[in-house]
Amino acid sequence: MLARKDVEKLANAASIKLSESEAGKFAGQINELLEYVEKINEVDTEGVKPTLYPVSLENVFREDKVEPSLERDRALANAPEERDGQFRVPKIMG
Amino acid sequence: MSREYEIVIGLEVHAQLATESKIFCNCSTQFGAEPNQHTCPICLGLPGTLPVLNKKVVDYAIMAGLALNCTINGYSKFDRKNYFYPDLPKAYQISQNDFPICSDGFIEIDTEEGVKRIGINRIHMEEDAGKLVHEGSIDQATASLVDYNRTGIPLIEIVSEPDIRTPAEARAYLTQLKQILEYIGVSDCNMEEGSLRCDANVSIRPLGQKEFGTKTELKNMNSFRAVERALEYEVERQKKVLEEGGEVIQETRTWDDSLNKTISMRSKEEAADYRYFPDPDLPPLQVDKEWVERILASLPELPREKQERFVREYALPEYDAGVLTDSRPLADYFEACVAEYSDAKAVSNWIMGDFLRLLREENLEIEEVKMAPANLARMLQLMDKGVISSKIAKTVFEEMFKTGKDPEKIVEEKGLVQISDASQLEEIVLKVIEANPSAVEDVKNGKDRAIGFLVGQVMKETRGKANPGMVNQILKDKINSL
Repeated sequence: MLARKDVEKLANAASIKLSESEAGKFAGQINELLEYVEKINEVDTEGVKPTLYPVSLENVFREDKVEPSLERDRALANAPEERDGQFRVPKIMG
Repeated sequence: MSREYEIVIGLEVHAQLATESKIFCNCSTQFGAEPNQHTCPICLGLPGTLPVLNKKVVDYAIMAGLALNCTINGYSKFDRKNYFYPDLPKAYQISQNDFPICSDGFIEIDTEEGVKRIGINRIHMEEDAGKLVHEGSIDQATASLVDYNRTGIPLIEIVSEPDIRTPAEARAYLTQLKQILEYIGVSDCNMEEGSLRCDANVSIRPLGQKEFGTKTELKNMNSFRAVERALEYEVERQKKVLEEGGEVIQETRTWDDSLNKTISMRSKEEAADYRYFPDPDLPPLQVDKEWVERILASLPELPREKQERFVREYALPEYDAGVLTDSRPLADYFEACVAEYSDAKAVSNWIMGDFLRLLREENLEIEEVKMAPANLARMLQLMDKGVISSKIAKTVFEEMFKTGKDPEKIVEEKGLVQISDASQLEEIVLKVIEANPSAVEDVKNGKDRAIGFLVGQVMKETRGKANPGMVNQILKDKINSL
C-alpha cells in the first residue's frame, strides 16, 4: 500500500504541487492501479530474465556526420520567452 | 589533540569526445557558435523525436577504455537520469547507469614512493547538458538564459576508485589521464572550453580506520591547480571540523578560486533521486571481440610506452624521455630530428632547452613551429663540421625557429661562419694578450681560470665566431712562448 507520504514524494519527483485533498484522492487511485498490477506477481517468473526492451534490436548507429541544425528562429519558436537568441526561463536555484 | 588522518580522494572526470556531430543527432559540436545555433528537435528534446547513437562515440569510448586498461563490456545500455533543471530540455539526461561500456581499469602515476596504480571504476557515455546564464547577479536574478548548443555533446565520464591519497596524487592522476586522452585523440581536453571537467569526492579518516569518513563532493574547479588547491583546502577544513568535535556533513561544495576556499552549496533537503531506467529509445549495445580488436589495432603508442622506448631505443635519461613524450607532437618532432641526426642526446638537449623555451616565449603550439626537424639536424651537422661554434648555433637556432630558414642560409646571410683560420686567430690572440697583461701573468702563475677570461676576450673580438678549441690552444702556445 502506498502511503500518503509516498504520494508526496512522487509529486515532488514529478515537480507538481498537490493539495491535501488531491494527495488523498491520488493515493487512493494509485493504490487501485498498484493492486491491479499486483496480479502480475501471481505469474511464476522463476528463472526468467527481466525484459528491458520490448523489441530485440541492438547496435543501432548513425555515422558521425554533421547536418544543418534548425534555424535559430525555429528552434526558439516554442520558447516561453526569448532573449538574445536564448531561451528565457524562470531562475531555478541549483 | 591532533590526530593523524588518512585522506581518501576519488575523481570523476568528464571528457568531451572529439566527434564532429553530437551523440544522438547530427548537430555540430563546434565550440564558439552563437547561442542555440546548433540545435535540432532531438537535442531540444521535442516530443516524438528519436535519438540515434553516433558510432564514433562508442569507438572513442572503447579506445579510452583500452588506453586506461579497462575491461570493455560486451553488453552495455543507456539509461535515463531524471531531474528537473532547465539545462536539460527533456528533464532527463541520457547516461549509462548499471551497465557502463568500460569497467575495472587503472592509471599509473609517479609518486615520491614510486609508481602507484590508481584504479578506474568505470567509464560511461552520456550527453552533455546546456549552458545556463543567470540574468544579473546570482542572488537577484529572476530569470536564466539557456543555450542548448552544448546539449547532446558526447562525453565520457571516467570514475576513479577512491585510491588517491593526497591532493598532489590527484593532480598527477589528472595530468596522466589528460595526456593519455590527448595521445589517443579522443578528446582535446581543453579545460578553458570545458572539454575536460573534474569533480572530486574527498573524505578523511583516522589513520588505521577501515571505514571511510563522510565525504564531500567538490565542483567548479577549472584547472588542475584549482583541483589540487581545492582538495588541500577541503582536507584542512574537514580536519578542523573533526578536531573541534564536529561532524563532516555529506554535501556538495563549490570551489571559489578568488576566495581560495570551498563553499557549501546548501545540501538539498533530500538526496537526489534520479530514478534511472533503461531508455527505450536506444537499443542496447553489443560490443564483440572483433570490434575491440579493431580499436586495439588502431591504438597509438601510449605515453608511458613511448617514454620507455625512448630510454631503450635512444639511450636517453628517464628525465629526457619524460619531457620529450609529454605530448605526441613533441615526441614526433624529436623522432623526426633523430631520424636525420643520430646523436639523440644532443637533439634532446636542444629540444628540452631552446626549443621549449622559444615555444613558451612565442606562445606557440608545436604544429605552428616553422623550423623543420631536418633543419635542426643540419644545424647539428654544421656544428660537428666545425662550421659554427655552439655559441653561434644558439643564434642560428633562434633564427631558424623564428623564420623557418635553412641553417646554411642563416650562417651565410649573417656571416656566422666560425673562424678556424689559424693565422687570423693568432692575430686576434696577440692583440688580446697585449691588452690584458695581468691576466696573462695569472695564466703564467698557473691560474687556470684566467685562460677562460682570455678566451672570452677573443670571442668578444670575433663576436662569438672564433673556434673556441683553437683559440684555447693558440693562447696557451703564445703565452708559453712569451
